[in-house]
Amino acid sequence: MVEQEGFRRYVAHIILWIGIAIVAFPVYVAFVASTQDNALIANGQMSLLPGGHFFEVYYQTIFVGTSGSTREPVGNMMFNSLVMALAIAIGKIAISIISAYAIVYFRFPFRMAIFWIIFITLMLPVEVRIYPTYKIVADLHMLDSYAGLALPLIASATATLLFRQFFMTVPDELLEASRIDGAGPLRFFWDTLLPLSRTNMAALFVILFILGWNQYLWPLLITTRDDMQTIQIGIRKMMTTNDALTEWPIVMATAVLAMLPPVFVVVAMQKLFVRGLVETEK
Amino acid sequence: MQKQAIFQSKLLPYALVAPQLAIVLIFFYWPALQAVIQSFLLQDAFGLSTSFVWFENYLELFSEPAYFETVVRTFFFSFAIATSSLSVALLLAVMADKPLRGGAVYRTLLIWPYAVAPPVVGVLWVFMLHPSLGVLSRYLRAAGIEWNPLLDGNQAATLVILAAAWKQISYNFLFFLAGLAAIPKSVLEAAAIDGARPMRRFWTVTFPLLSPTIFFLLVVNIVYAFFDTFGIIDTMTRGGPGTSTVTLVYKVYNDGLIGGNLGSSAAQSVILMIMVIVLTGIQFRFVERKVTY
Amino acid sequence: MANVTLRNVRKTYSGGFEAIKGVNVDVGDGQFCVLVGPSGCGKSTLLRMVAGLETVTGGEIDIGGKVVNGIEPADRDIAMVFQNYALYPHMSVFNNMAYGLRNRGMPEAEIKTRVEEAARVLELSAMLERKPRQLSGGQRQRVAMGRAIVRQPKVFLFDEPLSNLDAKLRISMRVEIRKLQRRLNVTSIYVTHDQLEAMTLADILVVMNGGQVEQVGNPLAIYEKPATTFVASFIGAPPMNLMSTRQDEIKSQLGGAAGEAGILGIRPEDLVITDQTPSGGVALSLTVDAIERVGAETFVYGSRAQDEQRVAATPGELPPGEVIVRIPGTEAPAIGARIRVAAVRNKLHLFSGDGRTRIEV
Repeated sequence: MVEQEGFRRYVAHIILWIGIAIVAFPVYVAFVASTQDNALIANGQMSLLPGGHFFEVYYQTIFVGTSGSTREPVGNMMFNSLVMALAIAIGKIAISIISAYAIVYFRFPFRMAIFWIIFITLMLPVEVRIYPTYKIVADLHMLDSYAGLALPLIASATATLLFRQFFMTVPDELLEASRIDGAGPLRFFWDTLLPLSRTNMAALFVILFILGWNQYLWPLLITTRDDMQTIQIGIRKMMTTNDALTEWPIVMATAVLAMLPPVFVVVAMQKLFVRGLVETEK
Repeated sequence: MQKQAIFQSKLLPYALVAPQLAIVLIFFYWPALQAVIQSFLLQDAFGLSTSFVWFENYLELFSEPAYFETVVRTFFFSFAIATSSLSVALLLAVMADKPLRGGAVYRTLLIWPYAVAPPVVGVLWVFMLHPSLGVLSRYLRAAGIEWNPLLDGNQAATLVILAAAWKQISYNFLFFLAGLAAIPKSVLEAAAIDGARPMRRFWTVTFPLLSPTIFFLLVVNIVYAFFDTFGIIDTMTRGGPGTSTVTLVYKVYNDGLIGGNLGSSAAQSVILMIMVIVLTGIQFRFVERKVTY
Repeated sequence: MANVTLRNVRKTYSGGFEAIKGVNVDVGDGQFCVLVGPSGCGKSTLLRMVAGLETVTGGEIDIGGKVVNGIEPADRDIAMVFQNYALYPHMSVFNNMAYGLRNRGMPEAEIKTRVEEAARVLELSAMLERKPRQLSGGQRQRVAMGRAIVRQPKVFLFDEPLSNLDAKLRISMRVEIRKLQRRLNVTSIYVTHDQLEAMTLADILVVMNGGQVEQVGNPLAIYEKPATTFVASFIGAPPMNLMSTRQDEIKSQLGGAAGEAGILGIRPEDLVITDQTPSGGVALSLTVDAIERVGAETFVYGSRAQDEQRVAATPGELPPGEVIVRIPGTEAPAIGARIRVAAVRNKLHLFSGDGRTRIEV
C-alpha cells in the first residue's frame, strides 16, 4: 500500500507537469517569438529558444508600435485598457454596493421591483444587445470615449447580488448598536459596512479588473480612433495586414504585454482572485 | 429573507439605487427593447424606409439553411469545448487534490490562463499552428498531416475548439479543486475500508459527489463557448474559411455590422437572448437547490 | 439619573399579532429591573422598545420624565449590551468604546480619559489595541459593557448579555455586573430567561408571559407570594408542585373555602417526609419514582396514585400527579417505597381554578 502510494504520487507529479506544460507552451512560444527577428519567423525558421532582440522589440512595441498596420504605441493602448478596466471595476463596485445597501437596509415602495430590474440583467451579456447599445452610445456622443467604453459594461447585477448576500450575513445587532451609538444611515455605511466589505470589494475588484482588461467585442465596436483603442483591439489590427508581412515579434510582444497585468493580478492576489471567482459565480 | 433591523428614510434609498438603475435602464433595458423592436422591422436596401413586418425576419432566418448550420455548429463547438476542457481539468484537479509536495505551486501554475484575454488566446494559437510559420505545424507536416487551417474548415474548427478549451482549463480546474475539497475525507476513508481501490473509489464515490460541480461547470462552459469565443474566433479565423467557424454570436456581429442587415441581426439577438435566459434559468434552478440565499 | 416608566405600552405588528399587550412598569432611579419570562413572552421586544429599536404602537415610554416614543435611539441617552455583543469587528477595543462618543462630537482627550477609565474598571487596559476576534468570550462581553459604560447614559439596557458564556463565567460576570451597577448607580433594565439570574440581580423583578406582565415586585416577595400559577412554576427551581384542590384527599384536609379555591401549590422545599399531619397543613402519600442526589440536597420525584386531574397548563409544570420533594442530602428513600410528605399551613399557596388569581385564606 505504501509503495503504491509512492508510485501514484509519482504519476500525479508527472501528469501535473504535463498539464503545466500544455498550459504554458503557447505563452512560451509567444515570448520566444517576441525576442526574435521577423524574417526568421516569417520563413518558418523560428527557434524555440529566446533570441537576442528582446529590448529592441519591446522598446518599439511600447513606444512606437508597428511600422505597417496600427502605428500606435502599445504603451498608449495599455493605458486605454487600464483606464477602461479600472473604470469598469471601480464603477461597478461603487454603484452596486450603494444599491445593494439600499435594497437590504431600507424598506421603500418598489424595492422588490427595483431588485428584480437589476437582477434580470444577470441573464444577458452585452454580446446579445450590441447594436442597439452601440446606437445609444452613439446617440449620447460617447463613441471613442472612456465613458462609452466603460458605462455599458457596468450595467450588470453580479456585484449587486454579491454585496446583497454579504450584507444579509452582517448581524442586525451591529446596525442597532450603531444607531444607539448615534450613527445615521450614511455613517453606518461608511464607518461599519464599508470596512466590513473590504475583502469582498477587493475580491470583486480583482475579477472585474481582469474582465474589464480582457473586454473585446465592445471596444471593437465603439472605438474608431487609433488613439482610443485598447490593447486587445490593437492586437487584432496588427494581424489584419494580410498582404504586408505581419510583424510577428511585435504582435507577440503585444500579446505578452496584454497578458502581463491580469496574469500578475491572478498570481499576486491569488487568494482574493479565487474568492472573487467562486463568489461571483454562486 | 429580509433584514429585521433597517433604517427609516424616504428619499435616501432612491438616491442610492438611482445610479445603478439609470445605467441599467439606459444601457440594458433600452437596447434590449430596441433589439426586440428592430427584429420586427425591415429596412430597405438604402436604409431610407423602414416597415413593420411582424415575424418575417424570424421566418426568413428559420428558412435559411445557413442559420441552422450555425446553430448546430455552435452547439457542437460548445459540446466539444466543454467536454475536452472539463475532462483535462478534472484529471489535473484530481491529481492536484492529492497531498503532494508543492501543491500550491501547481495550483498557481495552472490557474493563470484564466487571465488571458480571448483575442490573445486566438493570436497565440494561430501563431503556434500557422500553416507556414507555426512551430507545431512543422511537426504535423512531418507526421504526414496536410495541416492548413486557413483553407481546411475542419482544421480551423479544431483549432478554435482547442484554443477555447485551453483557456477554460484553469477555470474548470479551480472549481473542481473547490468541489473536491468539499468532499469529506471520511467518506473516502470509509470507501477505502470498504475495500474500494483508488480508481473504483474515484468513480463510485468522488465522481458522484462531484456531479453538482460538473453540472454547474457544464452550463458555465456552454455559456462561455457561446459568447467568450467571439474574441478567439475573430482573431483566429474571422469565421472562416467560408463559414466553418461562424458561431451564433459571430453571425449576429457579421450580419449586423458587415452585412448591414439589422433586422435579421436583431432577430438573431433576440433568439440568443432567449437561449441564454433558458440556460441561466436551468442554472438557477440547480443553484437554488444547492445554495439557499 | 432617571426613572423609567412604562405606561400601558403596547406593540401590535402589522400582521395583527400583539406582542406586548399593555405593560405598566415603574423603575426607580438607580434601580436594577429584570424582565424575565420564557422565550417569546415579549421581554426582548419590550427592552428594544425602550431602546427605540422597535416602534411603540400604544402607550408611553418615559425616561427621566420625558416621553421618548418617537425619539431616535441615539437621542434617548441609553446604552445597550447585546446578546451577541455586536462589537464592530473591524475596530479595536478602544475604538469600539470610543465610537459612540466620537459620533457625539466629544473631544478626543475626554474620550481617551473615559475609555481608559472604563478599561481599567473592566480590566481591559492591556487589550485596548486588539480587535474583537482576538478576545475570549468573556473579554468581548466586557468590551460590550465598556461600550455602555463610557457613554455614562441615563439607562443601561441588557439583552441576555450572559447567555453566550459558559456556566462558570456566567456566574462570575453576573456578580460583576451587579457590583458595577451598584457602583455606577445607573438605572438598568435587564432581560433574561434564566430565573436564577433574574432572582439574584433584580431590585425589581418583572415576570412576563404572553406579552403581559404576570407580576412585578421585589424578587423575594414574588417568590414568597406568586400572584399566578405561571409565576409560581416559573420562579424557583425545581418548580412549585401544583395540584387540584377538588380531589377528596386534598379537599378534606384544606377544608372550607380553601377547599373550593381550585389549585393548590406547594414548593418542593416546603415538603417534609413525616407521618404526622400538621394542623391545617396538607399531607400527601407518594410512591417514589426517582431520586436525584446532588450533594447538599436530594430531590425525590414521587407520584400520587389518585391524582388523575390535570391542573393549569403552565411552563415548567410537572406531569399530572407528579410531586417533587426537596430533602437534605443525607436522606434518601428507596425507589418504589411509599412515603408520606406534609407541608404546614402557611407554606400553602392557593390559586383560582384558572391559575390567574392568588387566593389568601
